[in-house]
Amino acid sequence: MATWRPDPTFYPSPRLAMKAPPEKLAYVVRINPNGDGRPDAMCVVDVDPSSSTYGEVVGVTEMPYTGGELHHFGWNACSSMLCPNAPHPHVERRYLVVPDIRSSHITLLDTKDDPTAPRVVKVIEPEELYERAYYARPHTVHCGPDGIYISAFGTPEGDGPGGIFILDHDTFEVLGRWEIDRGDQYLHYDFWWHLGYDTMITSEWGTPRMVENGVLGEELLAGKYGHRIHIWDLHRRRRLQALDLGPEQQMILELRPAHDPTKAYGFVNSVVSLKDLSSSIWLWYRHNGEWKIQKVIEIPAEPAEEDQLPDILKPFKAVPPLVADIDLSVDDRFLYVSCWGTGELRQYDVSNPFEPKLTGVLQIGGIVRRAGHPAVSGPLNGGPQMVEVSRDGRRIYFTNSLYLPWDAQFYPDGIRGWMVKVDVDPEGGMSFDPNFFVDFGDQRAHQIRLQGGDASSDSYCYP
Amino acid sequence: MGQEVWAWGSLVALGFFHGLNPAMGWLFAVALGLQERRLSAVFRALVPIALGHAGAVGVVAIAAALLGATLPRPVVLTGAGAVLLLFTGWRIWRRTRHPRTRFRANALQLALWSFLMATAHGAGLMLAPVIAALTPQTPPMSEHSLHLPSQSLTLGILAVAVHTLAMFSAMTLTALVVYRELGVQILNRAWFNVDLVWIVVLAGTGLITFGAGLYGLVR
Repeated sequence: MATWRPDPTFYPSPRLAMKAPPEKLAYVVRINPNGDGRPDAMCVVDVDPSSSTYGEVVGVTEMPYTGGELHHFGWNACSSMLCPNAPHPHVERRYLVVPDIRSSHITLLDTKDDPTAPRVVKVIEPEELYERAYYARPHTVHCGPDGIYISAFGTPEGDGPGGIFILDHDTFEVLGRWEIDRGDQYLHYDFWWHLGYDTMITSEWGTPRMVENGVLGEELLAGKYGHRIHIWDLHRRRRLQALDLGPEQQMILELRPAHDPTKAYGFVNSVVSLKDLSSSIWLWYRHNGEWKIQKVIEIPAEPAEEDQLPDILKPFKAVPPLVADIDLSVDDRFLYVSCWGTGELRQYDVSNPFEPKLTGVLQIGGIVRRAGHPAVSGPLNGGPQMVEVSRDGRRIYFTNSLYLPWDAQFYPDGIRGWMVKVDVDPEGGMSFDPNFFVDFGDQRAHQIRLQGGDASSDSYCYP
Repeated sequence: MGQEVWAWGSLVALGFFHGLNPAMGWLFAVALGLQERRLSAVFRALVPIALGHAGAVGVVAIAAALLGATLPRPVVLTGAGAVLLLFTGWRIWRRTRHPRTRFRANALQLALWSFLMATAHGAGLMLAPVIAALTPQTPPMSEHSLHLPSQSLTLGILAVAVHTLAMFSAMTLTALVVYRELGVQILNRAWFNVDLVWIVVLAGTGLITFGAGLYGLVR
């Protein structure tokens, strides 16, 4: 299985990854919201502008089970394999590790022989995860230097604590729970790390019970959802510190650390503030050996008429931005922010991470706005959600579904699934590619991964 | 005399071979230098890495020297060859898991990591036949026989020192050239699968040793 040379898609540093050739394929999970027994699938989208099937789904691999919901997935191996403290440079980036957030299956897809037709090579049954790690609802994958790290919302019973478990990157067996000393960490959502500082960061959403039937209004207003991030010793697997964003900040989701391993800072989004329904972006950073956190961006809610709003928002007479995903370009220069509620994708220049500058806004979908796209006629719903940036930072792709139980609350008339592409001006500013609109019809699209890696798939050990 | 030159030459050559392997330490030193943006950080890491390597090689070398001094040479060579071949088989059969440590490892952690890395790769075993071949044989009923173990101990230590010095030179030179001139982009092109080369070298050494030992036994 070992190769003679390192996988060409492993880059020692983010600088070198920026020079990678443009991606030709994108992998996108397709979710079936209809409950009609049709399984979810992994779709392959042609993103090569010179191809005759540009902007079309050129491959579909259905999951071998039904009744789940695919969410975030990742590669079995990435640039972190080149890390000197645990080198595994001759493993290949070829398998997609696809966790199911509802049924707790984990499916391994092999993309090597025909990248447009991923093959199911293994399904890890929920019981293996329950027994080996006592976790359930796996949802985010990161390839670490020493194994595949996957996060989970909680226990098989639907409570906490949620956390991280490890898959062996040769045998794909669940090795067990990652945490040794978690302190009072109970809620869990995302995780990523600063390899150059042996530091893990984790964030907080809610337990399976708190998210699987939509957002629980009473618990939200009582501030029961997550409002902290946790700093861990990555090697000793112990929590060192919790950073509280404040009890009014609810649901702290996506962690985007700087790609440069010498920089010890990163961005995380808070979905909603109980004060004014705003969303915010926070910067965590290391200062004299201590980790700190501060708010650097705030996006306000927009006033709206009651009759334009779903029930859950009627009392507030406003549309919250509901920032549910952010992504940082590989050169750590631009931060992309998805406002799923208001229907905006925002671009900030974060060259100085303490003072982000808004450099671009695109509108599409939205609870009230329903903005359209140059390629299709009529209004669109859903809003910018899972956003992915190409390695060279020139192209952005995003989809419009968040999570089925929440889709139903905020877009009760159903979402038409789509995926779009944005071209980026290297000095700031963005525009829609008018020739790229992938229509998933009554199916939903969520996480996107780009062939050979993207801005949220790889981590690096060399600056 | 010719055999001795050949043996010392092998110790040096194997030292270069071990030092050039990115997984044995130079890459770690480069990474720490880049992380701290200081050349001194590269050098600071290389010393404990070399000491850990010396420790791993030393354990085997001293055992080989003592056995070489007390047992007939063909027996030692046959035994060493068999151990090498078994170890090679184990390396092929078991997937290779590299030991891991903190990225910001301190000197002790670096030395321990290097010790484990060299042990897992059989770096010391590669040297065992060479050291066994260098050890002076005990002439039967000699009055010097009591001093021999200490003599062979000295020889074992000297062998480890020569090997480690060669390894350290190769490692330092490589780390310096990569840190100052080439940059880590050479990894994609130059990091060929050293593990496979190791397997070949281990197997080759094992076969030669085992063959030489058997030849001595039947002669």
